[in-house]
Amino acid sequence: MLTLLGVLVVVIGFALRLNALLVVTVAGIVTGLAGGLSLHAVIAEFGKAFTMNRYVAIVWMVLPVIGLLERSGLKERARDMIARIHVATTGRVLMAYLALRQITAALGLTSLGGHPQMVRPLLAPMAEGAAETRYGELPEKTRHLIRANAAAVDNIGVFFGEDIFIAIGSILLIKGFLAQSGINVAPTTLAKWAVPTALSAFVVHSIRLVLFDRKLKRELGGGAARGATVRLSDSPTGLSGGEAE
Amino acid sequence: MIGLDAVYVLMGLMLAGVAYVNLMDRTDAKRYNKTAFWGLWAVTFLFSSHLPDFVNGCLIIAMVLVSSIGGLGRGGPEAATREERAASARRWGNKLFIPALLIPAVTLLGTTFFKDWRVHGVAVVDPSQVTVISLGLATVVALAVGMALLRAPAMAPVVEARRLMDSVGWAAVLPQMLAALGALFALAGVGNVVSTLVNRWIPLDTAFVVVVTYAVGMALFTIVMGNAFAAFPVMTAGIGLPLIVTRFGGDPAIMASIGMLSGYCGTLMTPMAANFNIVPAALLELPDENAVIKVQIPTGIILLAVNILLMYYLVFRY
Repeated sequence: MLTLLGVLVVVIGFALRLNALLVVTVAGIVTGLAGGLSLHAVIAEFGKAFTMNRYVAIVWMVLPVIGLLERSGLKERARDMIARIHVATTGRVLMAYLALRQITAALGLTSLGGHPQMVRPLLAPMAEGAAETRYGELPEKTRHLIRANAAAVDNIGVFFGEDIFIAIGSILLIKGFLAQSGINVAPTTLAKWAVPTALSAFVVHSIRLVLFDRKLKRELGGGAARGATVRLSDSPTGLSGGEAE
Repeated sequence: MIGLDAVYVLMGLMLAGVAYVNLMDRTDAKRYNKTAFWGLWAVTFLFSSHLPDFVNGCLIIAMVLVSSIGGLGRGGPEAATREERAASARRWGNKLFIPALLIPAVTLLGTTFFKDWRVHGVAVVDPSQVTVISLGLATVVALAVGMALLRAPAMAPVVEARRLMDSVGWAAVLPQMLAALGALFALAGVGNVVSTLVNRWIPLDTAFVVVVTYAVGMALFTIVMGNAFAAFPVMTAGIGLPLIVTRFGGDPAIMASIGMLSGYCGTLMTPMAANFNIVPAALLELPDENAVIKVQIPTGIILLAVNILLMYYLVFRY
């Protein structure tokens, strides 16, 4: 039972919004000590695991080029481009990206997306630009909500697309684990049964994006009506009803 | 053979550059803390392969202390004003997309071709690390093309990397740190304790309850660990195989496939999956670090319910 102390540290630390880096480090040390290691050994294990997992951080290598392009107006350009497509709304831009991300991930092309290389420089400005074209200058709060939605479609797209590809890590993990237990399944069978969830994910999240568009319209749209609709903006999620149209 | 170490050297140099630009910025009140933080991280990329584990552990603890107690302050200033950027956007037009799109394109090509690239029967690129190495290469190619195209000052990429890296702050290190925590959890046997608890406290005598427990367990365990891959072996060995497959005769492939996807619903809802949820909030400069999670929670919960129903109706039928 003592081994769960580390989990407790994580839960409490995250709930209190303490510095996450510190919380995770303390949780690691507590877990190691509770598991019977000496302090010296815990620090060494931490160092070893941190070093082994350096590849996780390689994605940051895109920052010099992304920063360079941003300095030269990449985000502004992405915004202008969307502004010229008249049918584009924030929800539709995000929906198109969701579909693209799921399909490419299902073909094994998971590296085609990502927050530093796609969402920050391209998708988020496009989603914001689509709303700006319709409603003019956006309130800061709306801008942040649109960006959070852009980050979310990248996640949802890749999570519920990649398992349809047969050579992805998770499918190989499942196959390997079941084989250890004496059950042999073909990767294609596993991939096939990921399809119903993938389709459901697209439908569910697309509906939410349509509702998000309506929420934006209700809160920002209709020029003269703006003053009257301000009160509606207090709804906590993007999910509240869709009677405005 | 080209392995990860080559990419780590580039990453280390970039971070050293970020540390250097911070050190030179006299207007920044926290510049020494930032220099120490990014500098220490640079050291782990450049030298950790050759240092003892304990020394590496101490470097990390120093980074954590600098960022949590010292603090890293706010992000760096914008190099170009909004008007300058708008003017530049008009000047370069769609050419600006070329370097940005080169990143995925080169990563993809590298991933496809490096796998089987052999000279005299020896792999040129480490086959087990092709994706990461391709991504590293792609950033170099995109940067070279971007610099040639835009004729920017030589220091511009480093200065811009510093601006972005500072705006992400310590969250940039969090995914790597959580991966290390996962290793310690595994070492201490956290997973086994959890599955024992579930087995002891939940009455698992109908097929539906078992399916719900397995799927919700995958999601909850993923929320705690931040990673469905860590949850899968524990939940499947503890509940999935003995109960769904052996006792109730369910199909293992359907169970495993939908079970893993139930775990992904948990990934959408947890700050522990920092690289998917916390890092983008920092990267997109959102004031609420949980903003992305809040957007994802409704989709996560609905999809978890969908997964439970799908598994219940499919797993005993095929």
